[in-house]
Amino acid sequence: MRIGPVGFRIGSDWRAPVAALESLYAAYPKPAISDFTVRLFAARPWRRFLRPSVTIEGDFVLPEAAPLPLAQGLLAAEMGMNLQMALGQRHYLLLHASAVERDGRALLMTGLSGAGKSTLAALLAARGWRLMGDEFVLVDPETGLIHAFPRLVSLKNQAIGVVEAAWPEARFGPLMGGTPKGDIRHMVPDAAAVDAMHVPALPALLLFPGYGFAAENRAVPQSEVFVRLTQASTNYVALGERGFDALTRLVKAVPARAIDYPDTDSAIAQVEALWAAL
Amino acid sequence: MARPESLRIVHLDSFTLLYHRESGITHLLTAPAPEILAALGEAGLNRTALAAKLAAHYDLADFDEAALAERLDELVAAGLVSAA
Repeated sequence: MRIGPVGFRIGSDWRAPVAALESLYAAYPKPAISDFTVRLFAARPWRRFLRPSVTIEGDFVLPEAAPLPLAQGLLAAEMGMNLQMALGQRHYLLLHASAVERDGRALLMTGLSGAGKSTLAALLAARGWRLMGDEFVLVDPETGLIHAFPRLVSLKNQAIGVVEAAWPEARFGPLMGGTPKGDIRHMVPDAAAVDAMHVPALPALLLFPGYGFAAENRAVPQSEVFVRLTQASTNYVALGERGFDALTRLVKAVPARAIDYPDTDSAIAQVEALWAAL
Repeated sequence: MARPESLRIVHLDSFTLLYHRESGITHLLTAPAPEILAALGEAGLNRTALAAKLAAHYDLADFDEAALAERLDELVAAGLVSAA
């Protein structure tokens, strides 16, 4: 399947995870050439018949890629795709961030796991923004433009109910309970996101959301933005000078704010207000 | 100092970002490190000449030779300055 500019080839010893991916990614085009291969295979030959578990393999392998129970094969496939991107992407500067677009301009949100970047991206998409991705933002070092990578949106724990309520028409994958990250349910990006995923956008605003605090926002100095984004990038060092140039260009061009929010309604209101003030 | 062609320098608010091509390392510097690098130039200077040049260019009210030596040692440790 092709997600944004990247082609993936997924193989599995098991039919179930591939069938789930085929169904959830049905609207995505098939690539002529795949950039990455993700293989899910039974951890031991006999495990296939006894107690199935799935191990993630690919062009790049991390030892921490622990086997997951077969029921979480879909999660394993998604993790495998993230892993391949994080370790192997050489063309784009990769930022661990979500992005939505409006009028050709992109809003980027980055932060630690649990900061709400996936949830906020899904909620903004429900309000008519174009979802560009909830996990990775691809920065083109040549143009400075943001390329979409709209894989399935990974919603965790309370975010699942919040997004289901906000966007009842959206398509969701199976609810997977008891994963290493708690409950996970994937949301399928809407047709607007998939149809336009080849269209890049000009980065216009960068937000660092923080959940669980009183509503507040502050400007973030460029030096702090730079340091935070090097930490949010999985391939900054690997890209060398191209990474340095891409990141300094982004940091100098795009205003950045940290926003704290006690609930998602407050977050969305703050985002819309900041966007309107640009 | 490292050869100018081996450095990419970008100024952000109170910090100076410095990408060192030879090592692939990004350095985040604050004053007085960028000023020391600029004063040293490509040819380099001894400590006395460096102190004199800095004093000529900047208002060094609280100049401290030991502190300058420490900053120089840090830049040597970072691979941006080589000791003669």
